[in-house]
Amino acid sequence: MRTLFSFHGGVHPATHKAESTRTPITRAAIPSKLVIPLWQHVGNRSVPIVQVGDHVLKGQKIGRPEGKLSSAVHASTSGTVSAIDMQLVAHHSGLPDLCVTLIPDGKDEWVTHAGVDIAHTAPAELRHLLRKAGVVGLGGAVFPSDLKTDAHHHQMRTLVINGAECEPYITCDDMLMRERALDILHGAELLRELLQAEEVLIGIEDNKPEAIAAMQLAVTQAGYRKMEVLSVPTVYPSGGAKQLIRILTGIEVAAGVRSTEKGVQCFNVATAYSAWRALAHGEPLLSRIITVTGNVSHAQNFEVLIGTPLNELVALAGSQPDTTRHIMGGPMMGVDLPSGTVSVTKATNCIIASSPKLFPPPAPALPCIRCVRCADVCPADLQPQDLYWFAKSNNFGKAQEFNLADCIECGACAYVCPSNIPLVQYYRYAKSEIHARSVEKLAADKARERHDYRQFRIEREKTEKAQRLAQKERDAAAAKASFDANLAATENAQQQTINEAIERAKAQAVGTHALNTEALTPEQLAKIAAVDARRAKLHELAANAGADDEPPKS
Amino acid sequence: MISALWVMIGISLLLGTVLGYSALKFKVEGNPLAEKIDAVLPQTQCGQCGFPGCKPYAEAIAKGEVGINKCPPGGEEGIQKLADLLGVEFQPFGEGAAPKAKALAFIDEQTCIGCTLCIQACPVDAIVGAAKQMHTIISSECTGCELCLPPCPVDCISMNQVGEDIGSWKWQHPVIIPIKIAA
Repeated sequence: MRTLFSFHGGVHPATHKAESTRTPITRAAIPSKLVIPLWQHVGNRSVPIVQVGDHVLKGQKIGRPEGKLSSAVHASTSGTVSAIDMQLVAHHSGLPDLCVTLIPDGKDEWVTHAGVDIAHTAPAELRHLLRKAGVVGLGGAVFPSDLKTDAHHHQMRTLVINGAECEPYITCDDMLMRERALDILHGAELLRELLQAEEVLIGIEDNKPEAIAAMQLAVTQAGYRKMEVLSVPTVYPSGGAKQLIRILTGIEVAAGVRSTEKGVQCFNVATAYSAWRALAHGEPLLSRIITVTGNVSHAQNFEVLIGTPLNELVALAGSQPDTTRHIMGGPMMGVDLPSGTVSVTKATNCIIASSPKLFPPPAPALPCIRCVRCADVCPADLQPQDLYWFAKSNNFGKAQEFNLADCIECGACAYVCPSNIPLVQYYRYAKSEIHARSVEKLAADKARERHDYRQFRIEREKTEKAQRLAQKERDAAAAKASFDANLAATENAQQQTINEAIERAKAQAVGTHALNTEALTPEQLAKIAAVDARRAKLHELAANAGADDEPPKS
Repeated sequence: MISALWVMIGISLLLGTVLGYSALKFKVEGNPLAEKIDAVLPQTQCGQCGFPGCKPYAEAIAKGEVGINKCPPGGEEGIQKLADLLGVEFQPFGEGAAPKAKALAFIDEQTCIGCTLCIQACPVDAIVGAAKQMHTIISSECTGCELCLPPCPVDCISMNQVGEDIGSWKWQHPVIIPIKIAA
């Protein structure tokens, strides 16, 4: 017998589970319309790939995953896309988000689909198929399963399959285990293979003996040797992933640490089931089991198409006129739905119709008396009374020092608080403020970096321009200098040539005499003498002309 | 007496040398206080403080030349942080320097003439485009500083307030309803 561990604290609220386990799971009828949100998972919203007016088949992809952390969304039945717009969705904020509205044609006609041979398909391919099939964690966190099946090179020891279902009223996992145990186990084995884990531990709270028996029988039938079904004590919140890991393996996983680093990973039973249906049968995640309970005439579990409007689903269980609001999830951690028209998503495990009689409005909050009952029951071993103080006074740094991030928002503290303080609301407020600040800080850092780079670039461009200008000036000066030098050189060369020519002429003049002056006849000599005499006279006249201011008469 | 004097002189010379050397060797580049202040500022680079960017304002605060209440994008929380950092009193915003809701610039691409003036004005290079080509804002980089608005010759840039959606929604501080006690 394996020894189990325990976590600190925990509470024992009335379970209210018997109401909805009396009848088996019923397949809910196809509703009049389906409003399928494109953001049903952790990460980026899927991008619609259909147009208004398109006819789509059951299982056809209508939203493709965007980025690594995202998942696909499919048409839950065959029909016509009537709108792609913002609609109210099941979210704490009560804000609208992008949804695809589908009018079913009633034929429920499947797109061609087939499973793969899991044994002969590469793990990476299987993960990709999980992503394409839109398989996300169905325990409520809706984290894409393809990313969780990657062990990131860590040696995996244990795969924990979470069937604890600790929150009051919810019985969807219980009924799934009772009725479809074999498929869950096939899925668990598939996930174990993907993670290369040594063992599979299936934790189920001991208030579900039928589910435990069904699962144990199925383990024997399927003959999986590395699997063990373990009954864990009923205490809220043993179904929290960290708490169940702690109970089954003794390992504590701190905030910000991947459990795979500690050699353990946790999946919900419904996720294991959906993973198996997706890979072995090629069926994307189109429906899930939802408990409809609370103020209804016959509470039970339904297999519901994703996108079914809430009021149509609740009507199947017999809605009561005094229902004032609906809670998605359990009474401890559930979401108050903004309207009865919102549709169910992959995260919807339970719908509680609530009336003032069933859940009376909370008594007004009184001051904290520091009784530390909250610290006694905190499953994360925190000091909720201090965290409350810090959150209330916006002292977020201190809240972080006191490990606010480790808070799983289970509500055990608020459940026991004698002053009725909405403690979880304070923690959620502080967490979202801390998150918003870290986002702002990142944006500011990026802006600073971009601004600094811009300044650097402007400076660099200025320097480069100045350098270019200086270079240009230098070049121009150099060009002018070389032109001048060339000009001078040319002039010198010309002068040189002239001088040389003169020299040559002089030299020639020295060495030569006119040949026609030799052997002249006497008449010629007489003529020359006469000319010379005339010339001499003219020279003489010219010399005297300046003296007596009279023009010479010739 | 003389030997004691020599010892003291020796020690002071030695220590002086060590201090002088380390002052040169371990010199801190920049002003560490200005950097701390700059880390608190929201980095919108909007110039509403009267300085060309967050860093010059941080340097001016570090020198004590200017008050800590000149940064509307940082909000009152920013002033509080600066007051805590510098150990001074909180100062409320002055006249006409109230913080505004965060908005992002948006270029009407039908009207844009491609003059590149806004690109030159953007302090964080959040506008893409080229001369005579349409410009557009990279909204993930826009700090909402509004510096692109005045240079635009055709007034095609508008500031769109950032609406709340599921992704950016925040939990509110729980409201405590006071209980009325009958007198």
